[in-house]
Amino acid sequence: MKQQLTIALSKGRILKETLPLLAAADIVPAEDIFSSRKLIFDTNHEHIKFVVIRATDVPTYVEYGGADMGIAGKDVLLEHGAKGLYEPLDLKIARCRLMVAGMKGAPAVEGRMKVASKFVNITRDYFAKQGVQVDIIKLYGAMELAPIMGLADRIVDIVDTGNTLRANGLEPMESIDDDISSRLVVGQASMKMKHKQIQPILDKLAAAIDAREAEASV
Amino acid sequence: MALADRWLLPEGVKEILPPEASQIEAMRRRLLDLFDSWGYDLVLPPLMEHLDALLTGVGGELDLNTFKLTDQLSGHTLGIRADITPQVARIDAHRMRNEGASRLCYCGSVLHARSTQPLASRNPLQIGAELFGHAGLDSDVEVIALMIATLHKAGADQELSLDLGHVGIFRGLMVDAGMTSAQQNEYQGMLQRKALPEIERFLKTLDVDERVLELLAELPRLHGGIEVLAKAKVLFSDASEDVLDAIAYLEELAQRVAKRFPELDLYFDLSELRGYNYHTGVVFAAYTPAYGQALAKGGRYDDIGRDFGRARPATGFSADLKTLVDLASLQVAQVSLVTAPAGEDAALLEKINELRAQGVRVIQALSGDNQAVKSSAELVLENGEWTVKGL
Repeated sequence: MKQQLTIALSKGRILKETLPLLAAADIVPAEDIFSSRKLIFDTNHEHIKFVVIRATDVPTYVEYGGADMGIAGKDVLLEHGAKGLYEPLDLKIARCRLMVAGMKGAPAVEGRMKVASKFVNITRDYFAKQGVQVDIIKLYGAMELAPIMGLADRIVDIVDTGNTLRANGLEPMESIDDDISSRLVVGQASMKMKHKQIQPILDKLAAAIDAREAEASV
Repeated sequence: MALADRWLLPEGVKEILPPEASQIEAMRRRLLDLFDSWGYDLVLPPLMEHLDALLTGVGGELDLNTFKLTDQLSGHTLGIRADITPQVARIDAHRMRNEGASRLCYCGSVLHARSTQPLASRNPLQIGAELFGHAGLDSDVEVIALMIATLHKAGADQELSLDLGHVGIFRGLMVDAGMTSAQQNEYQGMLQRKALPEIERFLKTLDVDERVLELLAELPRLHGGIEVLAKAKVLFSDASEDVLDAIAYLEELAQRVAKRFPELDLYFDLSELRGYNYHTGVVFAAYTPAYGQALAKGGRYDDIGRDFGRARPATGFSADLKTLVDLASLQVAQVSLVTAPAGEDAALLEKINELRAQGVRVIQALSGDNQAVKSSAELVLENGEWTVKGL
C-alpha cells in the first residue's frame, strides 16, 4: 500500500506555472483547479492530493505536517525562516527579484530610515548586514504607496518587471536577491518516512525542469 | 495583564490534568523499570545549575534555548536546564569517577526558551538513558536497542522508522575542504535544509579542490535506504580516513540493528547533524507515521565530559514522556472506585482502611456534598457489617 501524500500548492501566479511542471511529472489534478472553489483536489494518483492555499501558508502547512510537500516562493521561505523544511529543488518558475526601492531620485536618508515591507524578517536581516538600523513598517500590500504618502523612506518588495514601481514614480535602488523563484519544499519527517514515495517525484520534477530549461535555451 | 487573562499559561507551556497525569506517571514508572532491568542507574540532576556548567561543550543553540536567572546568593548566572544529557555527562565525568562503563538514566522536566519544533511544548518531560565509558559499536547498538525497546514498551508499536546518520562524515569533509568557520556555518545551514540550489550557488564561490567540491555537492543528496551507504562508499573512496571510517561504522551498525529488529524501517541521512551540536559520531532518531516529528532521538557525544575533567566516550537517547503518552493512548487499568458514606463510625473507617490497603480506591462522602461520584460500588451496612455492594 502506498502512503498518502499531500502536496500544498501556492495560489495565484505560481500555480499557473506549477501545474504544467507537475503534469510533466505525471501528477494531474482530477478537475480544473481554477474553475473550482474547492481547496482539496484529488489527482490521477489515488495516494496523492493537492491542497491549494495562500503562498505564505505553504511553509507552515509543510512544517506542521499538514502537507508532506509544498511549492512556495523563495521570498516566502526566506521570510518564514523555513526551519524544519527541506528545499531540495528550484522549480525555476515565477522568477523575480527582491529589491529595495524608493522615490525616484530620493536622497540618501539622514538618521534612522523607515522601511515598509511585508517581508519584515528579510528587511531586518538585510539592513542589519549593511550595518544600518532601520524602523520597519509591516504592510500587507500596495507597498509603492508608502513612500508616496510619506509613510516610509524605502520599501522592500519583490519586483518582476518594475512597471508598477515606475508607474508610481519609484525606482529600484538595491537588490537583496536577484534570483527569487519557486522552490519545492519537503517536510523533514515526511522525507524520512515517505522517502520511497517522495524521491521518485523529486527525480521526475528535476527531469521535467531540466527538459524545460533545455527547450528554452534552444 | 487583565484579571480575566490570568488563567492563561505562557505560550507553549502545558499542564497535565487527569486522567493524562496518571497515564504519564504510569508510563514513567514503566520506562524507568525497563531502564532498571537493563542495568541503568537513575540520577536526578538539579533543575538549575550554573549556566557555564549547563552549556560547557555544547553549541550556541542550546544557549539560546536555556532560561537564565540570577542567583541572588552569589550573583552568578544560573540556567534552567533545557536538556538533561549534558548534566548527566557532567555527573559521570565529575561525580561518578568509575573507570568502566557506566549506565545512567533520568526523567525530569526541562524548559525551552523557544519551542524546538512547531507546536512542541516548552516544558517537556525528558526521559532518557546514557551509556558512558565505551567507544564502539556495542554501546551504540545497546542504546539504539534500548530506545526501540522503550518505544515498544510505551506502546508505539506501529511501524517504526529509524533514521541513522554519522556526524563524522560531515566533520571529515570539513577538514578536507579547509573552509573558514563562517563558510562552514553557511554550508551547514544549507545542508540542514538540503537546499540544493543554494548549495550549488555557494560552492561556486569557494576556492576548494574540485574533487572536494563534488563531494560537498553530493552530501545533501545522500539520504534514503541502505543503498545510500554503497553509493557513499564509491563517492567518498578517496576522501580522508575519517570519512571512510564513519561510513563503514554506520554500515556495520545498520547490519547489527537490522538483525536485531528486522521489522524496523531503516533510513539513512548522511547530512543529518541533529540537535544541539554536541554529537561526535552516530546520530539516530525514531519516527512513526502517526507523528510528524522524531519520537526519540540520540547519538554519540564523546567530548562533552572533557571540560569537567575527563573526556569519556558517551552515547545515549532521550524522548519527551508526554509525547510518548499522547501517542500510545495508554490504557491505565481502571482501579475500581468504591464510595463510602460520611461519618466517624469505627467499623466503617476500619473497613475503608482495609480496602485502601488492598489498593482499592475509596472515596468517603463529604456531608453536604451531593454531587454523585461515578463509582462502581458502594459501602453499605448490611446485617451490622460494612460490605461492598456492586452497583
